[in-house]
Amino acid sequence: MKILTGNDLRTGDVVWWTGYDWSRHVSDAAEMGDNTPDIMAREVAKRIVNDCYLVDAERTENGILPVHIKEKVRATGPTVRPDLKIAPPDPAAGNWVI
Amino acid sequence: MYKYDNYDQEMVDTRVAEFRDQVERRLAGKLTEEQFRPMRLKNGLYQQLHAYMLRVAIPYGTLSSRQMRMLAEIARKYDRDYGHFTTRQNIQYNWIKLEDMPDLLADLASVEMHAIQTSGNCIRNISSDQFAGAAADEVTDPRPYAELLRQWSSFHPEFSFLPRKFKIAVIASDEDRAAMRLHDIGIQIVRNDAGEIGARYYAGGGMGRTPMIAPLIRDFVPAEELVSYAEAIMRVYNRYGRRDNKYKARIKILVHEMGAEKFIEEVEAEFDHLQGQNIDAPAAELERIIGYFEDPAYETGIDDEIDRSDPDFAVWVDQNVHAHKQPGYAIATISLKPVGGIPGDASSAQMDLMADLMDQYSFDECRVTHAQNIVLPHIRKQDLYAVWQKLVDADLASPNLDLISDIIACPGLDYCSLANARSIPVAQKIAQRFANIDRQKELGELKLKISGCINACGHHHAGHIGILGVDRKGVENYQLLLGGSGAEDVSLAKITGPGFDEDGIVDAVEKVTDVYVAQREDGERFVDTYRRLGMEPFKEALYG
Repeated sequence: MKILTGNDLRTGDVVWWTGYDWSRHVSDAAEMGDNTPDIMAREVAKRIVNDCYLVDAERTENGILPVHIKEKVRATGPTVRPDLKIAPPDPAAGNWVI
Repeated sequence: MYKYDNYDQEMVDTRVAEFRDQVERRLAGKLTEEQFRPMRLKNGLYQQLHAYMLRVAIPYGTLSSRQMRMLAEIARKYDRDYGHFTTRQNIQYNWIKLEDMPDLLADLASVEMHAIQTSGNCIRNISSDQFAGAAADEVTDPRPYAELLRQWSSFHPEFSFLPRKFKIAVIASDEDRAAMRLHDIGIQIVRNDAGEIGARYYAGGGMGRTPMIAPLIRDFVPAEELVSYAEAIMRVYNRYGRRDNKYKARIKILVHEMGAEKFIEEVEAEFDHLQGQNIDAPAAELERIIGYFEDPAYETGIDDEIDRSDPDFAVWVDQNVHAHKQPGYAIATISLKPVGGIPGDASSAQMDLMADLMDQYSFDECRVTHAQNIVLPHIRKQDLYAVWQKLVDADLASPNLDLISDIIACPGLDYCSLANARSIPVAQKIAQRFANIDRQKELGELKLKISGCINACGHHHAGHIGILGVDRKGVENYQLLLGGSGAEDVSLAKITGPGFDEDGIVDAVEKVTDVYVAQREDGERFVDTYRRLGMEPFKEALYG
């Protein structure tokens, strides 16, 4: 599956497209379909995110996660600073430490 | 240290106002990201893996306590309470918000700091010897010359759009503490037979995907022609450097492909052409700058002995304290490499403490080192114990300078969007494996450097032991390199063979150190044994 990501213009934070808005939590990400180019063009034009792009993802027992390690780290925060990791909205979503 | 004059301050203030307007226009939707990107990069603001990252310039690594306190304040006010000191003697903040940038830059400007030319294809922050002005072995303080070059290179219109980024290091001693010959231009300030001060120029060094050691370009350039010779090199590079392929655009490729001899011919011809064009600063300007770097008011006749009765303190003194040119004083290095910590990171509280120590004990000054540590350059020997006790309380007293746990590591995949693998966890695991300080001291000087990608921000080519993280089909893999050095015995490390996984690389490091311990001769460092024996015994232990 593909999910859509970008960085918030104001804060630079990593954000994920939920189907109707952007979320800080990758677990909120929506699977993207044929209308992806339209969404990307619209959202960049709205100046909410910078340079959004698609990444490969999979459903895991901890919810949706990117496949590649770089996007996993990007989705979850630095692996060496547990205090700075992005807490999942559902605390039971599991330990995301890679 | 150097103080801005009105011209310096106005330049920086004007840039802050200009960028404030650019940020407002970007946030208001009047600029696209494509239009805005070069503007933010010219102000040191990158989009990194998790957020915007800001790189702040620390000219030749020198900071006042007021500046260090401001760096701490910025960490608290705009970031997440810490900063990362880099291998180019700068500091980076990892969690900056675009909307905060104008106020942040104004705060920096209030203490004579900025982020200009910390990114982009221009002349970057000029680095230097962290012991400058304090070392017993230097010809003179190299920083006035670095400052002169900083002023020349700041907003230089001809060199604002170079083929690629450009890094200069200036030292003034035979012992190279700044990896000088691994820079685009390396300058050693020397004294000739007539006793005159001048510059020995090297050009075409660098690390990255094609590491090169800079060849000697000219043995002596009179100090008063320092700038015009640099200008001549830059002009030759700007004219002939490749712009068609960013991987071949650094000056090292030009010097290599043109050949050093032909390159020198071109530079000398350009240098001749520049004669009489008033490129160089007037002698009075250099004298004005030198005046800012006069020795502080050292006390004389003070105790030149260190009371080593506390054994833990003695261990720190042995490892982290160096000889000072002034009797009664010493140079102390604060290690930012606690076992299990993140190399180069300092919390705002630690920065504040270091600022207090600078105020109280070191004539209001510190230096950032390219090995990601902090130097207090002028400590009275009788104050060392008090300084050490305060460092202990702040977890800043690791007695590991130049030992295996004093690891240079780039931010790697934990922060950097260019990285292919994580560097920091590998550094932490190696430091933990060798945590016993007696074991580290038994291994002696061992410079271990880790990069998370081929761009080599972690200087792996220059490590006695180097580690390069790569992406192997989506999995982190680590190549081991041996035999590099960024010092006066400069050399480039060679890859041992197939790479290792994250745990395997820690075992591999231990295996090569075991070979060293078994086969070293009296007085040999790890790199000396490697040079004597060659790669084979190490490969045998690793892959046997």
